[in-house]
Amino acid sequence: MASTIRVRATNSGDTTEVQALVQHPMDSGYVKDASGNLIPPHHIDVVQFEHGGKTVFTALWGPAVAKDPYVKFSFKGAQKGDDLTVSWVDNKGQSDTLTTKIQ
Amino acid sequence: MTFNQLQTGSRRTMLKASLAALALGVSGMAQRAFAAADASIWPKDAFAAKSDADTLKLLYGKETEASDQIKLDAPEIAENGAVVPVSISTTLPNVTSISIMVTDNPSPLVASYKIPAGTAATVSNRIKMAKTSKVIALVESNGKIFSANKEVKVTVGGCGG
Amino acid sequence: MLRAVGATLAVLLALAQTAVADTTDPQADFKAFRAYFTKRFPKVPLNDFVNGPYSMDADLRKQWVAIDEFPPYQFALDKGQEMFGTPFKNGKTYGDCFANKGIGIRQNYPYFDEKTGEIITLELALNRCRQANGEEALSYVKDDMAALTAYMAFTSRGQPFDIKIPSDPRALAAYENGKKYFYSRRGQLNFACSSCHVQSPGEHIHTEVLAPALGIVAALPIYRSEWGGMGTTSRRLLTCNSQTRGVPLEPQDENYRDVEYFLSYMSNGLPISGPGARP
Repeated sequence: MASTIRVRATNSGDTTEVQALVQHPMDSGYVKDASGNLIPPHHIDVVQFEHGGKTVFTALWGPAVAKDPYVKFSFKGAQKGDDLTVSWVDNKGQSDTLTTKIQ
Repeated sequence: MTFNQLQTGSRRTMLKASLAALALGVSGMAQRAFAAADASIWPKDAFAAKSDADTLKLLYGKETEASDQIKLDAPEIAENGAVVPVSISTTLPNVTSISIMVTDNPSPLVASYKIPAGTAATVSNRIKMAKTSKVIALVESNGKIFSANKEVKVTVGGCGG
Repeated sequence: MLRAVGATLAVLLALAQTAVADTTDPQADFKAFRAYFTKRFPKVPLNDFVNGPYSMDADLRKQWVAIDEFPPYQFALDKGQEMFGTPFKNGKTYGDCFANKGIGIRQNYPYFDEKTGEIITLELALNRCRQANGEEALSYVKDDMAALTAYMAFTSRGQPFDIKIPSDPRALAAYENGKKYFYSRRGQLNFACSSCHVQSPGEHIHTEVLAPALGIVAALPIYRSEWGGMGTTSRRLLTCNSQTRGVPLEPQDENYRDVEYFLSYMSNGLPISGPGARP
């Protein structure tokens, strides 16, 4: 698959519900591997959701967000067919972005 | 494979992956990262704080007061501390931020969400809990910080326990 | 009610002691197995047994429903779909090895192969397909196999198990062996599969709520929060052995295939719910 991001954005009336699931280890830095060494922290820091050039939601995440993290929120002002862009960056500087159409 | 890794790979790999994505009906296409998330806004100190009080101070710089207008939905007993579904919603007005703390995690701050005008004051997410602890929902409304909390029992710790 | 449950349990356990050949009666076992669970859990709708611990505990169920709304096995599913659709080096596909191009057939596995006298599980069939087409076998316990079986299970979601036991002595022997394995104690803890999944479903062992044996294979493969990843049927059987401090067999060992055959037959009529999310 090309992206780590899965999004479901569904519009009803003036409200768009957004669910995002991101494939990411979200290593907390507290877990040891099989050899007994700590696995270094590797987690998404920021997730931004944009519609119509405006940020509609920002998630600031830390090591205590679950692996393959999920978030759900809703916002007003979008219509079916509009673009929604989701981007994330992690503590190692890795990133991904996905633009999807609101259903 | 992250898009980031794709970009550094060969053009053929990228094309093949994009075609595969299209064939599978993935909604939206992986795009160049001009709409990248801004890493500089991450509140490093707040995430490093070791107590609820320090977290509050570093995140909001204000005291909090209890509110019964915050609904904190979390399980009685987490089925597994590695993935605990938690939802927060509130009827408080002009909400600009919702955050979650787990008091007995190595660092209490789990996540913080920025809510611009036009976005509902509701968020659902999945968190890790190291052990049985109070889970605290923080809501910034009209510039003041309100909170609600719930104890969630954890038998299988979420930090590799 | 308790006396009726106890009596049914006694009948069930007694059935486990029966010898092979002349007394093998899968249909009678099926009826007794089903009656035992439905009598013990009269409030659980029959089809809900496939949801394992979630059919037994409301607070757990609520968490599962929240997670299943957008489940973490989504990535395995997508990967499985991609793998399934990608041709082998020789140009053939997985679909060429299966009925209906491999779509919506998971509920027929395991089956008894009359030619070879073997019990064929889906995982075994997938690796045989690969090898027949010049590809290397996949590990039975790692992510690639889990992704493939997740996709195939998904295409069968809601389809009822339809396991056949022909009146072939080899099939009946395999079924009986699976049943025997299921009810036999082993390992340092001296547990049988039935100790947890027949005698104590819905109860806590350490921190987990035990799933009932009825429908227990329907949700496989599973994404376990505990593993932070996917687990195949092979992996689950291995870890059950390790958890009871027994020595795990090799994946797809005859005994594992036979016990999967037995458990799947016992779940006939119940819907495939895989891939599943579990604690």
